[in-house]
Amino acid sequence: MSSQFDELKRQVMESQAWQSIFRHGYEDTPRNRILMVSGNVWLHLHPSKVRKHATRLRFTWCMGGITFLMYLVTVVTGVYLMFYYRPVAEYAYADIKYLEFDMPFGMLMRNMHRWAAHGMVIAVWLHMFRVFMTGSYKPPREFNWVVGVLLLVLTLLLSFTGYLLPWDQLAIWAVSVGSNMGRATPLLGYEGPFNEVLGVNPIYDARAFLFGGGEIGAHTLLRFYILHCIFIPLVTSLFLAVHFWRIRRDGFSGPAL
Amino acid sequence: MAEMGSAATRVEVTLKKAGGPGDDKVHTWPNLVRAEFLCTLFTIIFLLLWSLLVDAPLEEPADPGRTPNPSKAPWYFLGLQEILVFFDPWHAGVVAPTFIIMGLMVIPFIDINPKGNGYYTFKERKYEILTFIFGFHVLWISTIVIGTFVRGPGWNWFWPWEVWDAHLVEALTNQDLPYLVGIRDYWTAAAFGLSLIIGFFVVGTAAMYWWVVWLKGREFMQRWGAARFFLTSFLTLNMIAVVIKMLLRHILNVKYILVTPWINV
Repeated sequence: MSSQFDELKRQVMESQAWQSIFRHGYEDTPRNRILMVSGNVWLHLHPSKVRKHATRLRFTWCMGGITFLMYLVTVVTGVYLMFYYRPVAEYAYADIKYLEFDMPFGMLMRNMHRWAAHGMVIAVWLHMFRVFMTGSYKPPREFNWVVGVLLLVLTLLLSFTGYLLPWDQLAIWAVSVGSNMGRATPLLGYEGPFNEVLGVNPIYDARAFLFGGGEIGAHTLLRFYILHCIFIPLVTSLFLAVHFWRIRRDGFSGPAL
Repeated sequence: MAEMGSAATRVEVTLKKAGGPGDDKVHTWPNLVRAEFLCTLFTIIFLLLWSLLVDAPLEEPADPGRTPNPSKAPWYFLGLQEILVFFDPWHAGVVAPTFIIMGLMVIPFIDINPKGNGYYTFKERKYEILTFIFGFHVLWISTIVIGTFVRGPGWNWFWPWEVWDAHLVEALTNQDLPYLVGIRDYWTAAAFGLSLIIGFFVVGTAAMYWWVVWLKGREFMQRWGAARFFLTSFLTLNMIAVVIKMLLRHILNVKYILVTPWINV
């Protein structure tokens, strides 16, 4: 029986179809360890060999990785939430209730989405702190730090635009308070210094541009929904690609050999 | 840090293959991938448990006619909302965050210390680390903690064990600094305030110049360059100014230093 099984296994694994998908076996050889990384599109984010200290948690805190993981969690749970949510003032709140009480795993998906978003903010701050403490922004990685700061801002914007979508009291007032700086912008906000120079007014200034109107309302909900689900994730993905590419090219920082 | 010319400060980490003398490279698979896998696993388990135990908040439906008191921004912006106590919105909400973002971005370009690249050290980069901790932990995190936990109705100070009294009356005893020192004339007050602010930056920059020269020598200052020096001193003085403004408010009830028809500081 077992020899029949082995024979079947051999035939499957030596078939053209199998070998077209899996290009190498499981042997624990140096060559195979390198192929494991270089032959896999996801793992190929890594170099096939790294310096010893860069694998240690007490050096990296794994915070960049956890930030990216949180991003992926919000993408996956976010797609699930999008199936049940309509960014219309009349429906949005009811859809969240519906999602929480009637949808399979709806509450869990919403919880994971929200806590992962908060977790991403915390993780990206700790990542920045760690990178500062190891001086990893120093040459040749200066520009990657700048990209990282942009990603930090994008993380905050992602979280902030998502804050409005439940369309409850917490959402609109937190976003109102957070956006009021828009109307205080020098030159561009109607309550900001030197506002008369450009002739801005309550329905035509920086905050109105953000809100899609003079006050927070249904128009703002649609605007933030598109920013949250499409625009900012796209931009974030672009900068993530640059961020990963550059650290891959420059290598991880480390003490001199 | 004496031996570095600007070209020599670039510490190149090449992508050369492992195997050279003293090379401590290990295989990514399994060494790094295993660590990442375990990290992912534990983070996901933690997130899953947390999400099973703690529900995301959902309050009553949005009502633009009913403003809650206090209305708080999302927690990660509460540091900025907290400094609204001390600065007008154009500064706390627009200029300060712009300086923070710009200041973070220029860090790699103003820090020319070639040491401490890729390892933890306090001794070799004391001032860099102290400045970062002052900005990140003392200013940013502590104001978030204050904004989150001790600000109640009317943005008044309530300790966590105190009841939020929405009718608490706070006497508004704040006055502007020129008034406090006895200046009653409008334009004299504005001139006084403006010269204080300009004076702060001029004296501060000069003090920082002499301090750096005293600490590191003229040769360092020359290598550092005017652009880096002025950028660093400007950003540092702005951070210090936030603390000064906080202290002036808390100790002397000072509202503004400079009052003009266009702008108040």
